[in-house]
Amino acid sequence: MRILIKNGRLIDPATDRDEKVDILVNDSQVEKIEREIPQAGAGVQVVDARGLVVAPGLIDIHAHLREPGYEYKETIRTGTQAAVRGGFTTVVCMANTDPVNDNRSVSEFIVRKAQADAFCRVFPCGAITKGLKGEELAQIGEMYEAGIVALSDDGKTVKNAGLLLKAMEYSKRFALPIVSHCEDENLSQGVVHEGHASLLSGLDAAPALAEETIAFRDIMLAKYISAPIHITHISSGGTVRIIRDEKTRYSRLTADTCPHYFTLSDDATLTYDTNTKVNPPLRSREDVTAVREGLRDGSIDIIATDHAPHDLPSKDVEFNLASYGIVGLETGFSLSLALVHDGLLTLKELLRKFTQNPARLLSLPYGNLRDGSTADLIIFDPDADWVVDKTQFASKGKNTPFHGWKLKGKNRLTMVNGKIVYRDPSF
Amino acid sequence: MNWPYKDLLGTRELSREEILLILDTAESFKEISRRDIKKVPTLRGKTVITAFYEPSTRTRVSFEIAAKRLSADTISISGTTSSAVKGETLKDTGRNLESMRPDVIVIRHSMPGAPHILAGALASSIINGGDGAHEHPTQALLDLFTIREKKGTLDGLKVAIVGDIAHSRVARSNIFAMKKFDVDVTCCGPPTMIPPFLEDLGVNVEYRLDKAVADKDVIMMLRIQKERGGISVIPSVKEYAIFYSLKEEHLQTAKKDVIIMHPGPMNRGIEISDAVADGPYSVILDQVENGVAVRMAILFLLLGGES
Repeated sequence: MRILIKNGRLIDPATDRDEKVDILVNDSQVEKIEREIPQAGAGVQVVDARGLVVAPGLIDIHAHLREPGYEYKETIRTGTQAAVRGGFTTVVCMANTDPVNDNRSVSEFIVRKAQADAFCRVFPCGAITKGLKGEELAQIGEMYEAGIVALSDDGKTVKNAGLLLKAMEYSKRFALPIVSHCEDENLSQGVVHEGHASLLSGLDAAPALAEETIAFRDIMLAKYISAPIHITHISSGGTVRIIRDEKTRYSRLTADTCPHYFTLSDDATLTYDTNTKVNPPLRSREDVTAVREGLRDGSIDIIATDHAPHDLPSKDVEFNLASYGIVGLETGFSLSLALVHDGLLTLKELLRKFTQNPARLLSLPYGNLRDGSTADLIIFDPDADWVVDKTQFASKGKNTPFHGWKLKGKNRLTMVNGKIVYRDPSF
Repeated sequence: MNWPYKDLLGTRELSREEILLILDTAESFKEISRRDIKKVPTLRGKTVITAFYEPSTRTRVSFEIAAKRLSADTISISGTTSSAVKGETLKDTGRNLESMRPDVIVIRHSMPGAPHILAGALASSIINGGDGAHEHPTQALLDLFTIREKKGTLDGLKVAIVGDIAHSRVARSNIFAMKKFDVDVTCCGPPTMIPPFLEDLGVNVEYRLDKAVADKDVIMMLRIQKERGGISVIPSVKEYAIFYSLKEEHLQTAKKDVIIMHPGPMNRGIEISDAVADGPYSVILDQVENGVAVRMAILFLLLGGES
């Protein structure tokens, strides 16, 4: 099967390209990219991308697909269906499933289940410690053989710095990056950010220090043994400054944030809407500004969704009792396009944080479009206006604080491995 | 002026005029409780449910008396008798209660925002009877009523609020309400009981009790909120009492006609000495009496009465 994408504006940060071209996809590969490819006869499906942007498929390094164990919240099938709608062709799923992905058989299960069910590529992230308990190393090497691409106890910090150091050291053998969820539990006894909004709401609050101190600790540990370290879902301006500063001294440090951290401040929690309850918490307007600045100046390399779907009963309760998390796969890229519309980033710079940078972090061959590369791509309209409607989500999780928001920019088509897996009904 | 809201969830969202409307309405109701026959037919046929998920003596009784004196029917449920222990969600409990057609539900809950859940889900009027460390609006309104009754005005007064500010919904509701008036508010307590950014609300922060009470018209003492973790932020209750117990000697530097307030329950010998609690400056029992009038006014206004 051959597909010819005509007249699109190809933006590919990996090849530093931004130009109008035609792209011929043959089976699973990009056969060629040329200024003009004539409509080559029968058996070639033509997609007219005039006025639209063609880019490498997006890579989400941080999502919760909830399978195995929490299939009532999300499955690999529904989660990846949400992913391809939102423009993602590769998703890394976190280890806090039930059972925890801390061993070969769970990793293998996820990989096999994804082969059978998934709309896009799925790579598991393995746990650093058994059961995410922070006590003993998980089966890092065996999980590596099963296909994990990173290690994280996401949702928790490995409290024991000595153990984390060993994990960083051991995983060098497999070139697996540690993805660090930074949260000092002794400082984070709260459900919202400690600031002006928490003063008004009376909700138990935790200071940004809980994130900053651990981010600094983990960077120091990694530096000590020259291991790669990735700080995930940065929410605090203080963490952005630490990363900016440490990057001048340490090149194996990377970081990501999520759309909610540069879109919403803790003011959103004043309504007690449990869809604004997320970990780390939404922070002050100053933090939001600092995160945006970190994205602009490159301190933050990657945008991840931290897609965290929940069933209604987990959210339709008192704020204190509600589960943490926001769904992001179907809104993340559109929310991020605001950074372009606001003049903070160019489209190419934004796409780099969704394609080239995550691919590099995880040593994946995807996230670029050139002759011979795997045909994972999206076609999107950066200017299309649409309204977020959670009832239309493919994800089982409807826990979004963005329901009803008018967004600018929408994915129109997603191709994974040369196959069109999503096409917007209007396109 | 009609009351424009379905619910009373906090003082933060009330304007000066709305607060004054409640206080003025309460004034006209206060006299009813001093009659021989303490009942008027104003809310006959109305139903008020008090749903208290946290222990309460004063507030619940006050609401029930207020409702009964206006001839409303009252039903009370508590955390132990409700479905909460059986795993029913708050929203479902609310919907079930609503099916029995109450007019007002007063809710007290340990978690901030719990009344807001009911307010959003139900057509009944919801009154916040205290939600975690967030707000306790009827307490603040009765406090303002008492202050105005004793001082004639609110504007121009200097008030000290002393105690576990961080965990206190009474402090929050009072600060929000007082800042709608020209009230100079000083909050005092151990630094660990003063929440960050408190000054952003336009109040002064003073860690020393003797300095905090100097030149004050009103001193409001609060208890340590043990149930919300107040104990864990100080070395001991005994030490707290050394530094933050209001004693007669403190009153020397306050205004001559200072009034001493406490929302209760008070812990004698901890935040307040017997001599002060029972002394001539204390208006603590006036607060309790006024609470009935203020809650009558709130029920009346929420149920469509015109003042």
